[in-house]
Amino acid sequence: MMVPNLVLCLLVGVLFASGVYLLLARSIVRALMGLLLLGNGANILFLVASGPAGRAPIVGASDVTDMSDPLPQAMVLTAIVISLGMTAFVLALAHRSWQLSHHDVMEDDPEDYRITIKAERNDMSDSDFSQAEPRSEPTDFEGDPGSTG
Amino acid sequence: MNAPHDGLLSALVPLPVVLPLIGAGITIAVARRTHVQRVVTVTVLSAVLVVSGILLWAADTHGTQVVEVGGWAPPLGIVLVVDRLAALMLVVSSLVSLAVLLYSIGQGRSSFDDESDGEAPLPIFHPTMLVLSAGVSTTFISGDLFHIYVGFEMLLAASFVLLTLGGTPPRVRAGITYVIVSMLSSLVFLVAIALIYAATGTVNLAQLAGRLDELPDGTRLLLQIMLLLGFCIKAAVFPMSGWLPDSYPTAPAPVTAVFAGLLTKVGVYAIIRTQTLLFPDGRLTDVLLWASLLTMLVGILGAVAQDDIKRLLSFTLVSHIGYMTFGVALGSVAGFSSAVFYVAHHITIQTTLFLVAGLIERRGGSTSLKELGGLARSAPLLGVLFFIPAMNLAGIPPFSGFLGKVGLMEAGADAGTPLAYVLIAGSVVTSLLTLYAVSRVWGRAFWRVPPVPETTVTARVRTDALGAGVVAPTAALVVVGVAISVVAGPLFGITDRAASDLVARTPYIQSVYPGGAP
Repeated sequence: MMVPNLVLCLLVGVLFASGVYLLLARSIVRALMGLLLLGNGANILFLVASGPAGRAPIVGASDVTDMSDPLPQAMVLTAIVISLGMTAFVLALAHRSWQLSHHDVMEDDPEDYRITIKAERNDMSDSDFSQAEPRSEPTDFEGDPGSTG
Repeated sequence: MNAPHDGLLSALVPLPVVLPLIGAGITIAVARRTHVQRVVTVTVLSAVLVVSGILLWAADTHGTQVVEVGGWAPPLGIVLVVDRLAALMLVVSSLVSLAVLLYSIGQGRSSFDDESDGEAPLPIFHPTMLVLSAGVSTTFISGDLFHIYVGFEMLLAASFVLLTLGGTPPRVRAGITYVIVSMLSSLVFLVAIALIYAATGTVNLAQLAGRLDELPDGTRLLLQIMLLLGFCIKAAVFPMSGWLPDSYPTAPAPVTAVFAGLLTKVGVYAIIRTQTLLFPDGRLTDVLLWASLLTMLVGILGAVAQDDIKRLLSFTLVSHIGYMTFGVALGSVAGFSSAVFYVAHHITIQTTLFLVAGLIERRGGSTSLKELGGLARSAPLLGVLFFIPAMNLAGIPPFSGFLGKVGLMEAGADAGTPLAYVLIAGSVVTSLLTLYAVSRVWGRAFWRVPPVPETTVTARVRTDALGAGVVAPTAALVVVGVAISVVAGPLFGITDRAASDLVARTPYIQSVYPGGAP
């Protein structure tokens, strides 16, 4: 039965908690930092999964029972390389977003925003069934023959 | 290794991954020669389609094809496993990718959007599409959980680039949401893999099937929830579906089409594979059924409220994911069979509709239902191309959408629980509301008198907006959609056999470990 290393487990917990906290921010860079912390937490989780630390897994160098499990380490390496590439992309994206808007903020979906405003005003002018005079948008052509579905 | 294995046939198994990756390398090397890029990409994707077709035939008649990558025996090495389910997914996905690629070539360099935001002929477009295709194939054929994760990352990295092509403000905004949600879902998946390895000491799917059975119930449930959570974000199942309609519509038409067809279905495929092979006890059936119901209803209500065709289609995409998870949640052979059939149908139809939306944008100068009108008179061919897949999506007989939905409802009635009947009612309502949503598009964009004078529209539209280069691939996909209805009998035969193999579990395990899993 494998006994996990308590320090590593606590470290995973701390990294996950900080990562989730940062991810909840609207700032792109903070969200990225959050994802990086979460990713490192996952990587350390793989170390926990590989069991107690042992000797280098090279055949002939030591007894097989003393070796640490190489498979999770290979997976961690893969995950690190992947997160490196992803981080580079998100940083480029954050930079582009900064160039465009000079804000490091994730913006709302404009269409969602428009619909929310309409819903708050109880504005039905978009609806297929509104026969009332269009209130907000003069380009609306309700009441046109054949306009309803 | 296995008795019916034909060495030549199983040699084809890695090709759907290897060919696109080689193609991606070549197309990057010749980045400045658009014509060479086009020839290479079309050749590669056609070859993948042919290989996938042969693999489907082989998997159906000769049994599951297995390859040990690099000659390393499992569980240390990675195995590639092509059973009927994987082969069918390969065929449909490569068909759709090829059609979308031809469409994007047909758009041509002088396409209207190109000048403003650098659309299809960017040198990076072809290599990225090929990497996406390789990633999708990897997830379908891999028999190793960590390898599936790598496949996901391949297709995600490619999709990030495709979604933000040109770096325009709307795409950057949508891209950030998409990238962060995708990275989070991959992370949940990665954590699930770490926990599974800690609990079982393996990531080989065939070996996991046996080892997970021996775990305590609580541990197994935790692992199942973690995996489902990661895949449900990717598949856009209801509580985790908000990112999809937010991010898809801003991308160029061919990109949205291939995303809509493939990316969410990769999530659905992963759900089907893990639920059948690793967690067959059906403990989350009720949760999945409720999630399916809400996905269907919330998705379609969102679609009804939209004013933009691309956004409306994105919401129907979310909604119809609910049908597939409905079949998966039932956990019966009939349920899985119908779900797999529905996946094949929906990949084709949803891609077609997004390509048609691209055509509408080219011809009508917009995808907003406020501005479009009179297309039935000014572009009758476009009307036909939209009408057939739209009716198919809504589930009008005799189309495949109807057949798939009937299959799901019959599977639900077989289950016979009250909740299953609620789901049946929900899927009927969703089907009717889908009909309402697409008929809104029809009524506004095609039938009504144009709200904007024709002259202003024609001023915005190029004369060859509906050239053969874009119409032919779209029409081909429409025909494929109709053909799925025509060959529905044999196709249901394949999905039935695939589903009974999935539920039995032993065919998959025995094809990897003929002597039983260690």
